[in-house]
Amino acid sequence: MPNLSTTYMGLKLRSPLVVSANPLSQKLENILAMEDAGAGAVVLFSLFEEQIRQETATTEQVYQSTTNTSAEASDFFPDPVDYAIGSGKYLEIIRHAKERTDIPIIASLNGVTPEGWTDYARDIEQAGADALEINVYFIPADVSLTSADVEKRYTDIVKMIRSSIKIPIAVKMNPYFSSVGNMSQQLHAAGADALVLFNRFYQPDFDINELVVLPNREFSAPAEIRLPLLWIAVLFGRVPVSLAATTGIHGARELIKYLLAGADVGMSASALLQHGIPWIKDILADLELYMRDMPFKSIDEFKGSMSQLHIPDPTAYERNNYIQILENTKWGRQAGSRQ
Amino acid sequence: MRPDKQKAVTLDGNEAAVYVAYRVNEVCAIYPITPSSAMAEFADEWSAKDIKNIWGNVPEVIEMQSEAGAAGTVHGALQTGSLTTTFTASQGLMLMLPNMYKIAGELTPTVFHVAARSLAAQGLSIFGDHQDVMAARTTGFGLLASASVQEAHDMALIAQATTLRSRIPFIHFFDGFRTSHEVNKIDFLSDQQIREMIDDELVFDHRNRALNPDKPFIRGTAQNPDVYFQGRETVNAFYATVPSILKREMERFRDLTGREYAPVRYYGAPDTERIIVIMGSGVETAAETAAFLAQNGDKTGVVQITLYRPFPADDFISAFPSTTKSIAVLDRTKEPGASGEPLYQDVMVTFAEAAAKGQVRSMPQIVGGRYGLSSKEFTPAMVKAVFDNLNAETPKNHFTVGIIDDVGLTSLSVDYGFRLDESDWTQALFFGLGADGTVGANKNSIKIIGENTDLFAQGYFVYDSKKSGAKTVSHLRFAKNPIKAPYLITSADFIACHQFNFVEKEEMLKWAKPGATFLLNSPYGVEEVWERLPLPVQQIILDKKIRLFVIDAADVARKTGMAGRINTIMQTCFFALSGVLPMAEAIAEIKKSIEKTYFKRGLSVIEKNFNAVDQTLENLFEVKTPTKTTAKERMTSIISDEAPEFVRSVTQMMIAGRGDDIPVSALPVDGTYPNGTSKWEKRNVSSRVAVWEPDICIQCGNCSFVCPHSVIRAKFFHKDYLDDAPEGFKSAPINARGFPETKYSLQVYLEDCTGCNLCYEVCPVDERTGAKRRAINLAEKPEGLEAEREKIGYFEKLPQNEKPEVDFSTVHGVQFLEPLFEFSGACAGCGETPYIKVLTQLFGDRLLVANATGCSSIYGGNLPTTPWTSNSAGQGPAWSNSLFEDNAEFGLGMRLTADKQLSTAHQLLNILRPQLDDQLVDELTNAPQHLESEIKAQRERVNQLKERLGQIDGQDAKHLLSLADQLVHRSVWLIGGDGWAYDIGSGGLDHALASGRNVNVLVLDTEVYSNTGGQMSKATPTAASAKFAAAGKRVGKKDLALQAISYGNIYVAQVAMGANPQQTVLALREAEAYDGPSLILAYSHCIAHGIDMEKGLNQQKLAVACGYWPLIRYNPVLRKNDQNPFVLDSPKPVIRLKDYAYNELRYKVLTQTVPKEAEKLMRLAQEIVDLRWKTYEEMAGFGASSFQPIF
Repeated sequence: MPNLSTTYMGLKLRSPLVVSANPLSQKLENILAMEDAGAGAVVLFSLFEEQIRQETATTEQVYQSTTNTSAEASDFFPDPVDYAIGSGKYLEIIRHAKERTDIPIIASLNGVTPEGWTDYARDIEQAGADALEINVYFIPADVSLTSADVEKRYTDIVKMIRSSIKIPIAVKMNPYFSSVGNMSQQLHAAGADALVLFNRFYQPDFDINELVVLPNREFSAPAEIRLPLLWIAVLFGRVPVSLAATTGIHGARELIKYLLAGADVGMSASALLQHGIPWIKDILADLELYMRDMPFKSIDEFKGSMSQLHIPDPTAYERNNYIQILENTKWGRQAGSRQ
Repeated sequence: MRPDKQKAVTLDGNEAAVYVAYRVNEVCAIYPITPSSAMAEFADEWSAKDIKNIWGNVPEVIEMQSEAGAAGTVHGALQTGSLTTTFTASQGLMLMLPNMYKIAGELTPTVFHVAARSLAAQGLSIFGDHQDVMAARTTGFGLLASASVQEAHDMALIAQATTLRSRIPFIHFFDGFRTSHEVNKIDFLSDQQIREMIDDELVFDHRNRALNPDKPFIRGTAQNPDVYFQGRETVNAFYATVPSILKREMERFRDLTGREYAPVRYYGAPDTERIIVIMGSGVETAAETAAFLAQNGDKTGVVQITLYRPFPADDFISAFPSTTKSIAVLDRTKEPGASGEPLYQDVMVTFAEAAAKGQVRSMPQIVGGRYGLSSKEFTPAMVKAVFDNLNAETPKNHFTVGIIDDVGLTSLSVDYGFRLDESDWTQALFFGLGADGTVGANKNSIKIIGENTDLFAQGYFVYDSKKSGAKTVSHLRFAKNPIKAPYLITSADFIACHQFNFVEKEEMLKWAKPGATFLLNSPYGVEEVWERLPLPVQQIILDKKIRLFVIDAADVARKTGMAGRINTIMQTCFFALSGVLPMAEAIAEIKKSIEKTYFKRGLSVIEKNFNAVDQTLENLFEVKTPTKTTAKERMTSIISDEAPEFVRSVTQMMIAGRGDDIPVSALPVDGTYPNGTSKWEKRNVSSRVAVWEPDICIQCGNCSFVCPHSVIRAKFFHKDYLDDAPEGFKSAPINARGFPETKYSLQVYLEDCTGCNLCYEVCPVDERTGAKRRAINLAEKPEGLEAEREKIGYFEKLPQNEKPEVDFSTVHGVQFLEPLFEFSGACAGCGETPYIKVLTQLFGDRLLVANATGCSSIYGGNLPTTPWTSNSAGQGPAWSNSLFEDNAEFGLGMRLTADKQLSTAHQLLNILRPQLDDQLVDELTNAPQHLESEIKAQRERVNQLKERLGQIDGQDAKHLLSLADQLVHRSVWLIGGDGWAYDIGSGGLDHALASGRNVNVLVLDTEVYSNTGGQMSKATPTAASAKFAAAGKRVGKKDLALQAISYGNIYVAQVAMGANPQQTVLALREAEAYDGPSLILAYSHCIAHGIDMEKGLNQQKLAVACGYWPLIRYNPVLRKNDQNPFVLDSPKPVIRLKDYAYNELRYKVLTQTVPKEAEKLMRLAQEIVDLRWKTYEEMAGFGASSFQPIF
């Protein structure tokens, strides 16, 4: 039986399929189901600083403005001490998940302010999370910002968090840096233990009648794996960090590709939202089948074997490959398609 | 619920009583009423948490539609063998009376726990006295009076044991607020002790007497003259045994706990001559004072009545020492016209009978007096006055103490400087805002000290009656011995002022002891603060050698990330300065409490709070006070010199907190007060106020329309008026074509603005320009207000736009109408008051309002100042509140008067026709009064008539003159909340609507009992939590609209001004125009929803957008014209219910407390919304014949 275990930013995982941040993990029973289905680890849904602050502020304001304010009504709502609000809910889920599961629980933090990043990171560590994935959702809409400004923003955040917690840190990157490779090195230098490739920024749509911006959220598709695949293949072995591939894992095929490119783990959310949590089992069964067929005894045996470092023709990931693709599609055919 | 093993705890009287009541009962049927609500709420909370009684089962707790309903349910549960209780007060007890006769007549054991409260007479009062329990003394219930928090705890158990053994039902009562709300340290009963007091054999007996189909009998027969009388006498023996049974239970209790009680108890030396007889919380004050006086050689004592019914005559007589010469009987009640108050009468009769029987050698001199009505303070000084009266040659009888009765001359003179020895106590006063957490922090301090040290602690909290910017005063005492002082602190060692502006208005330092500590939360630093203090404050600081400390708590909060929360900071200052606990110990305890509070919120929040505590000490400074005063400013004047005499002389004193000094002669004899007084009380509750930007304003009127406090007014006027406008007076050309010479002005009454921000939220001039500025924004209030007052004065002098000049069928037009409801004490951002205000704008000059008790009667009618006002012609809403349960009937009565007197007037017009002008008579009788111009014409005709009638002799002319005002159509409105309309007043409302009479009902639907703290009503929606629906309401909200529509002839509308203000105006106008009953259900966002009140209007919008609150109008006039009378005014739902609901804590809290239930309930609620929408949509598509035809 092939060994599916892998190591991700120092954490021993029993399988290379990790559940990425998504709303399913808001419920403990789903986290338990993910473990039962074989997930190697679970990245919890994201804790959004502004949302937490808003919720906490509103609850506190409501509670304070309605408690002990009138002779006739001493209060209106149960004391917030009796239930968790704001980040408390999140921390409670970490605690419960840690109590009830044996797989690593990775928290996901989407901060805004320096204080927000560090405070919540410390709370998350204290609640027992095995690692922290940070999600810097930053659109440089300010046109005066230089690429260096943007990069510094990322590295500053990582440094700040690194100095306040000890658990491993993964950074969910976006693919829009001028030099993804260099940025990866910078992030590692700042203290990142892993990179998660890539963050899918939501791209809004317009309602042309109401003249309003519409939030647009779509599931990822297998076809979207190419960009992360490229960069994992390029970064593998070059930057001393763990690599996680996210986006587009809907079956074992995509997971295998990522592992071949050099990912320590593949992450999936859309597939679980579409097909349900037991889908994990199917993906892992197919992975096992593949490994038996190949045959690979362990993940390490084939991890990174298709990376730029290990393939016979490293230019396949570079400009030459691009030219070749263009050449092959001149006549309306896609590269690799049947002639 | 507190752990059983805890021995000494700090809690209030309500919790102390219900803790036992819950333990020894199986069923609680209740209805919320101040000040007893908390007992029922605790019971409900414990039941929801599956906390068990002493038999190991969880009591069933049910909220009923009224106290009458609760009493009926209690009766039923008792008759079928459950140990059953209820908790109530005041009017609630009145509604229970009929059942109480039944329960007692059937010898059914039960204990009703009552937080005794005043009855509504010349005015309602939520505060404490014995009027309610005295009104129940004839029911056959035993009456057991507790005098303290400890007694409320103990007597709840003794009462239960006694009722089970004697079969006589009991009212166990304690003084509302003074005991029900006083926090004190008590010895806690253990489960074991409770268990041992209750004899299970008696419980089995109770069950054996129950209705049971397996051994049927009949109880509750109708009896005839032959046997009823004898039947009534059968119970005498049971009553006769009560005192001895009670004594036995008290002895058992003593053996278990060491605490000793008696039906009648004497405090004093064996040779005492002057004795006060008293019951309730006044006992401690009287006994402590008697003891103090006795130390100085006075022969003073006190007899405490614990068992009042059945009156324990033998115990009573034997309680008195043989040396007794004179007795003062103090009643905390009033029985107008009686030969004396009830306790006095009982004492007189008992002594007379004893003297007749030779039990006593001679009748002592006995006088009676009244004290403490409506929680009027009862102090040692008053007790001394009562003893002094007994010393007089001819002691005053039927006296009053604690007031100045300059009419009946009943009052005793009191030396208010008299105090007991208070040297053992540390006394602290805290002045805070309701919303700044001062009371919460103080309750926490009491707990820290009371439950973690050997010290005793007492806390009592006084609130003002406004709902916005409400002031709180916390009275805290700490001592090495039990604190028996149920009265306010008047000589404080420590005074804290948590809001700097209070120091400018409130003479708080008059309560300071010489050498006291004064802690001031001040934005001005240690160097500057002295200069900022008003002259009288400086003077008193110097005179009393008060040590002044300052802290800028807001700054510390800001710097430590506490988001403006100052309560922990101020609490730390208290511990640092008061020396009640060693500092390190106090800090450790505060931090322990912080950890407990914020445990679930993560380390960072805890650390922030810890940091704030640590930073506090570094930012607390003592001010070196100069030796002389330096300030010039006096205290801020409260009332303008322009106010009417009554306001300046009487109202002003109430506002200034000196209402106790108002003599009887200054008050109206029948509860009739001048209206429109709120305008004289400039409360300045918000430092941020609305500011108008004329340049970008489109003059839509939205801000004025939604303003809950009527502080935004609009007028249009000729530009020439601006010639003498004060500098800075804002105006703009009117936004209408063809009026080049007309100006528009929007005036903000900034001293009345609560800063709620609804105006900003509703302003359509938005940030498309890139700026967040709108046409109305909140900004800091300017420091000097004189210039602003001048502008407001000028605005008021501009001619008021008349109704015929404006198109008030639109929101835009309504802004120009004068609101006759202004500056109420409602919450900032209130969702109810805008509807009332618009109602007064539309019909205020001819409104008759019947207002159900609740929020709207409190912000509408609570003294000192009230918001219903008059226009410049002196016309305005005539308003009254009868009760909670009877408002529909009360309003219907108003309609009947209007109709009857109108018909009499018509009749008299015809009789007097020969002496009047035919045309005038015809027009007065028949002229239409639909349009404002027609009303105006009718008013002119009435004036003509009055003039003519003055010249005609005879009774008919005089009669017609007295009724002439009725010739102008009166608009009768019945206003109240959902608690009234859906629950307690439901039957009456149904009947009033079904009467076909022209009454208009406005239901301000907040979907809970807002005034008493958010208890569930039948308007509470599915999936929302409320008190008594802690796990979420499972059944749907009653569809009152459909219920009314089913009659066919009722105009019905459902409105939400935040979603469609235009539809609100339309509905109000159609309802008023309809000559028949009408019902308007108005969505009213509320603090009880757990929302950011600034977003209240947006929530209304979302409620409509998700289909939860469809906007509808059902107009019977359309049906009469063969059209579909049902109009659906809101579009199809575009969002899901949860997108609206989860913005509100009332829904969201369930996702935290019972997440799975919450999910299920939300699905159910969505289905209900979908179904309701479908029903309405179908109805809107029906033909006219699908609806009931009308006459």
